[in-house]
Amino acid sequence: MNSIRKIFTSNMSVMSTLCAVAISLLLAILLLWFSGAPPIETGKLLLEGSLGNATRLSDTSMVWVPLALASASLIITFAAGLWNIGVEGQIIVGAIFASFVAREFDAPPPLLWGAMIMAGGFGGMFWGGLTGLLRIKGKVNEIFGGLGLTFVATGLVIYLVIGPWKRAGIASTSGTAPFDTKAWFPTIMELRISPLAIFLALAGLWLVYYLLKQSKFGLQLRATGINATAASRLGVRTERNLMLAFLLGGILAGIAGTVQVGAIHHKLVPSISGGYGYLAILVVLLGNYKSFRSGLISFFFAMIAVGSIQWQLRLDLHSSLGGVTQGILVLVTLIVVAIFSQIKRNKRIKDAS
Amino acid sequence: MTLDVDKISKHFGNVYANNNVSLSIDSGEIHGLLGENGAGKSTLVKILSGFFEKEAGEIRLNDQLLDLSSPKDSIKCGIGILHQEPMVFLPFSVLDNFLIGSTDQFFAPRKEALKQFQEICNKFDFELDPDTPVSLLTIGQRQQLEIARLLWLDPKVLIFDEPTNAISPAQREKLFATIQQLSTEGMLVIFVSHKLEEVAAICDSVTVLRKGKVAGSKKLPCPQSELIELMFGKLFPSKEIKDIQKGGIQLTASNLKSIEGRESIEITNFEIRKSEIVGIAGIEGAGQRTFLRTIAGRNSAESGTIISGRNLLNGTDYHQRLEKGLYYMPADRLGEGLISELTITEHIALVENKKKNQIIDWEMCYLRAAELIAQFQIQGTPESKAESLSGGNQQRLMFALMPTDADTILLEHPTRGLDIESADWIWNQLLDMRSDDCSIIFSSSDFEELLSYSDRIIVCFAGRIVGEFERNEFNPEHIALLMSGSQI
Repeated sequence: MNSIRKIFTSNMSVMSTLCAVAISLLLAILLLWFSGAPPIETGKLLLEGSLGNATRLSDTSMVWVPLALASASLIITFAAGLWNIGVEGQIIVGAIFASFVAREFDAPPPLLWGAMIMAGGFGGMFWGGLTGLLRIKGKVNEIFGGLGLTFVATGLVIYLVIGPWKRAGIASTSGTAPFDTKAWFPTIMELRISPLAIFLALAGLWLVYYLLKQSKFGLQLRATGINATAASRLGVRTERNLMLAFLLGGILAGIAGTVQVGAIHHKLVPSISGGYGYLAILVVLLGNYKSFRSGLISFFFAMIAVGSIQWQLRLDLHSSLGGVTQGILVLVTLIVVAIFSQIKRNKRIKDAS
Repeated sequence: MTLDVDKISKHFGNVYANNNVSLSIDSGEIHGLLGENGAGKSTLVKILSGFFEKEAGEIRLNDQLLDLSSPKDSIKCGIGILHQEPMVFLPFSVLDNFLIGSTDQFFAPRKEALKQFQEICNKFDFELDPDTPVSLLTIGQRQQLEIARLLWLDPKVLIFDEPTNAISPAQREKLFATIQQLSTEGMLVIFVSHKLEEVAAICDSVTVLRKGKVAGSKKLPCPQSELIELMFGKLFPSKEIKDIQKGGIQLTASNLKSIEGRESIEITNFEIRKSEIVGIAGIEGAGQRTFLRTIAGRNSAESGTIISGRNLLNGTDYHQRLEKGLYYMPADRLGEGLISELTITEHIALVENKKKNQIIDWEMCYLRAAELIAQFQIQGTPESKAESLSGGNQQRLMFALMPTDADTILLEHPTRGLDIESADWIWNQLLDMRSDDCSIIFSSSDFEELLSYSDRIIVCFAGRIVGEFERNEFNPEHIALLMSGSQI
């Protein structure tokens, strides 16, 4: 009886989310229309541009991978009640560490890929751990600590690209020299899609899902996020859990950075994080901090990112419109969900009295 | 002028915060509203200030019915409230704060306000510079600013809600002088406090609240132990528990010094034996909370030793003490006891974490939750969230989550705010645990509970133990005297 009720109520919230997404899509279309984009044409271009052929599909997938990994990272720290804005910086440091391995070591490709992933994960973990230390030991809010460390990471990557790791003879912000092809993640045929990267993203999402649903660590993390004082009274070592959340989130973000250098750019560039750390915040807000929903939304956002290039090319629309669409989707969905839950609460209060 | 509060009621869940509360106050007198935390003082103040809506009853000023459905109404009706923490805007200047909320005009009449501000300050001898940012003022000065602001609104009734919690003794003297001056000029003053000596020092009459009801009213001065009796209820036990054989020493604390918030303690020596129940009597803030929390390890001691069984607890944290058999149950059940948004099943899964297995067997936890719900008679299902349970059932859940090997149980107000049935049930549990060699230390603001269930009562005052009574020598009048800081 209870389980039936539970399914019903959880379906309700899925329904309201779907409803919210539908309303916000409608609004987004309206806005596009006002800015001169014919709705049907834009929609068609978006689909064609992101999924229309194998090249485009594989491009979209490769935007999805780092975004999904960054989202997974955020979900873990969100569960602990943390606003881990520093994911962006952790992606960058992961990319730096992975680049170091790719540049300095010579090994058979599979070993080298493994070493890059481990190094990238370690780099992200290190940066996430610093944010954690600042927060837990220094009482520096993780938003400020994370943002500060992202600035440092950005400075560091620029320094490396135009300094110690510059291409022979030229110092340019266009990036380091490409890695030896041994360090390139393998792709399917001539396409960009890398099965290894896709696997990493799926594994990351699944890991986060499994940890939060089935493990004691996940439950303790949620308890800490809701009420750290009470969690501690019930025997949870809250500080250790928060730190673990930062470290694990850092690993996932660092792997996102590794994918960026190993599978996409094949070199270190200043904008290596691609803004995915920030975009992922929108993704998990929309995905209600749930792994699989966020995975799907990441893909949709990747479609907009890749497909909206066609808007610019074919309809002469401004290049920022893709980002604007993503923003509207999140904002409107959040507003609609808030209104729904307010209605529900009012109804509950009315029922109670 | 007379303020009549007539049969006010307000409830939260199944507990009345105010139950038929009536009082009548004439202008020119300072009327105390006395009671322990949770007695219903704040609820009444919030009703008078328009933050809460009353469910029943009437409020009249000079026989005129008042409609207080918002703070603005309350101000309009001439009721001014000085809140516990002065409600000021820190970055603004003194004069800006003075002006806030006092005018509906778009442009504030600064010149006129400045003149009146200075008049009020001169009259009451407040030394406030109108251009200083409020953030540079002491809490006492912020209070003076608030008083000045309230007076400018020309109120007929002024309510001081626990005004002395954060100010220095000198500022307190100044505040009391101001209150007295106001009262002499015909202001109707209500002084809300849980501090007996302050009410006795300044008020002309007092109404004591207890468990949401008016426990009684007195003209002052009167013996303080009489007020304590009203605050803490009946001075005799309602139940006789059977005396059982006590075991050896379970826990000792010596030369313990500790501070938490505004409460500090200095306990020279405390011991408890196996199967013993020790009740701590004391007015809120006398140190009982810090004492319990320091023993539990929720708050670290500055110095002193705590020994439990054969273990020296110095240098161990709360979690290590939890493993050594100490279990602490706070008064704030949803703030520190349980996690409001987690279900009973999730709570079970959370505390079963001593086993090595890191993967949760949800089915097992669900069944275990159902079992415990039956065993502890909790009104709820394994899927009920802690926040949806009533106070009594939250307390039962806290018992259900207690490790089975706990041997020292520390409880803050174990039955505060609970219905009689839940309270009885909880004490039956505790008495069973006592039979199993558990030592129990609890604080309470209910004489009946203290006298009924304690094997021994210790009395706290100002952070020290000032009295100790074995069950066969309980002397309620003496306990009441010691609690008020008097000597016997």
